[in-house]
Amino acid sequence: MHSFLQKFGRLLVIWLPLGWLGIFFMLPLVEMVNVSLSEARRAVPPYNPAFQIGKDGISFQPAVDNYLLIYEYWEDYLWPAVNSVRLAFFSTLYCLLFAYPMAWWIARSNKSLQHILLVLILMPFWTSSLLRMYALIGLLNPNGVINDFLIWAGITVTPIQMMQTDFSIYSGMILTYLPLMILPLYASLVRLDNSVLEAAADLGAKNWDIFRTIILPLSMPGVIAGCLLVFIPAVGEFVIPALLGGPEQLMLGKVIWTEFFRNRDWPVAAAIAIILIAIIILPIVYARYQDKESIS
Amino acid sequence: MTPFIRIQNISKKFGKLLAVDDVSFNLERGELFSLLGPSGCGKTTLLRMLAGFEKPSEGYIEIDGQDMANVDPADRPVNIMFQSYALFPHMSVSNNIAYGLKRASLPSDEIKARVEELLRLVHLSGMGARKPSTLSGGQRQRVALARALARRPKLLLLDEPLAALDKKLRSETQFELVNIQEQLGTTFIVVTHDQEEAMTLSTRIGVMDNGKLVQTGTPNEIYEKPETRFVADFVGDISFLEATVIQRAGKYWLMKAATLIHATGSSTLTSGMKVSLAIRPEKITLTSQPTGQLNEFPVEIEDWAFYGAGTQYKVIGPDGIKLKVYQSHNQPSQANPRQLETGFVHFSPDATFILEG
Repeated sequence: MHSFLQKFGRLLVIWLPLGWLGIFFMLPLVEMVNVSLSEARRAVPPYNPAFQIGKDGISFQPAVDNYLLIYEYWEDYLWPAVNSVRLAFFSTLYCLLFAYPMAWWIARSNKSLQHILLVLILMPFWTSSLLRMYALIGLLNPNGVINDFLIWAGITVTPIQMMQTDFSIYSGMILTYLPLMILPLYASLVRLDNSVLEAAADLGAKNWDIFRTIILPLSMPGVIAGCLLVFIPAVGEFVIPALLGGPEQLMLGKVIWTEFFRNRDWPVAAAIAIILIAIIILPIVYARYQDKESIS
Repeated sequence: MTPFIRIQNISKKFGKLLAVDDVSFNLERGELFSLLGPSGCGKTTLLRMLAGFEKPSEGYIEIDGQDMANVDPADRPVNIMFQSYALFPHMSVSNNIAYGLKRASLPSDEIKARVEELLRLVHLSGMGARKPSTLSGGQRQRVALARALARRPKLLLLDEPLAALDKKLRSETQFELVNIQEQLGTTFIVVTHDQEEAMTLSTRIGVMDNGKLVQTGTPNEIYEKPETRFVADFVGDISFLEATVIQRAGKYWLMKAATLIHATGSSTLTSGMKVSLAIRPEKITLTSQPTGQLNEFPVEIEDWAFYGAGTQYKVIGPDGIKLKVYQSHNQPSQANPRQLETGFVHFSPDATFILEG
């Protein structure tokens, strides 16, 4: 009985999350592929499913028209795609540059301070991200807190334009995604054995050398994990550019939204989403490949 | 002539804790010196001050005539081998060893030659491409040694170099370490809590207790002529008898410790003085019948333990005095004392020593 429970428990631990992922992640993804291969129509739902189980049995009539359409008008989608990747890339880079020293400092603090600092890092997650974006708008607005202060201090006469710039978008991105970068970096830096750093110093390495030859390579798994955690959601990010960016900031996320809700062309929207997923998967595959390389 | 390494009145305070307390000693070039003491005695702190990781609160360190006070660890002619080895896990064995050479900007063909030479020295030729994680404990220890030797330091510090190895490997490695040290002529300071290790490795030993250097001397001196009760107790096995001096008896002193005992002692002893009489277990002979020798008395055998090459006994003498006795198995014994419950012990007065107070 005991061993049965153990066995059952073990199976549950494996299959429960797998089942969850299957139902709520894989199934929608498959449905998305299905939609992207379907024909659009004026009905509910607004597409004629490529794969369906009906009275006439199972039928599968995929249409690649949507992909061909995107291919035909690729110039319309290229700029939003490039823009999305550019935004995600620089957001990731800035997060990395901010997060690394913070993670290092937390990892090198004493244990009790570490716990407090980690809780502080996670604190923003307890409020809605939308609220945090509005707080940021309140700070960056032409008549916001920062400009009020700068004018009061006599540093500027007219308010500085901070909203609807790259600055405001990246501020929002960093504000949102920084913890996702700090945590994996912290996890890899805290495991760093102090005597390894001392050994490097003892063998003649100065600070920058120790960082370049020991700390950075040993924290690479954390760097890669953090970059993926930030880059992936940042590519599809839609709310932050919409709220903080100017009207010229056309993101792939925004394009998909427009296709879905304004044009009600679900199949094309789904096809763009699938292409976006492909764009996201590429760096992961590359990172995994790099990872394997460094192990062997 | 000034000594090669001079350590003068070094102290280290961590807050209120005095970790190293006014330690001074000198080393000649090519010595293999052990700092021996229980954990927490300050020996590792002293080592870290020599490497430059800790700044002395007071005192002065000089290596080959150069004051070390304001010299960074990276610039000291000193290298350290860590207890954990602290190998760089992401680098191959060769790159680990070459690390210090690359920092010194040596030409790459010279680095290659030196790495090969070091790999040969520690018997790891052909292993250069391996990662540390694929090596055994003993191999890792040798990589750490080669890496620490690569820059040809004037002084090599070894923090518990053999602690992580199993017993058999440890004794092999001990001899290997001494071999390498003699081959290169580098001055070594070894920190250890293992008195056996200190004995077999060192040309000289410094025993530390509570931050203080309590005695320095050759392994023989430390073992045979300990100056304090702590040293006598820490180095090797020993039994203490609390005794009262009675009078001078020819060459020896007669004293009372449950029974009358003849012992050696300095002329500063006076009648009625309380002293600790110390004797090593292997200097005592256990027999089944009395032999009529000096310092003989009957004992009960309380316990024994078989060590292969010998047997260690715990015996209780008159008035409950306790002694440890070690009998080597190469001695022809009249009876097998292991089957005894009682017997007789005797020891030469010359084998005893007196620690006052």
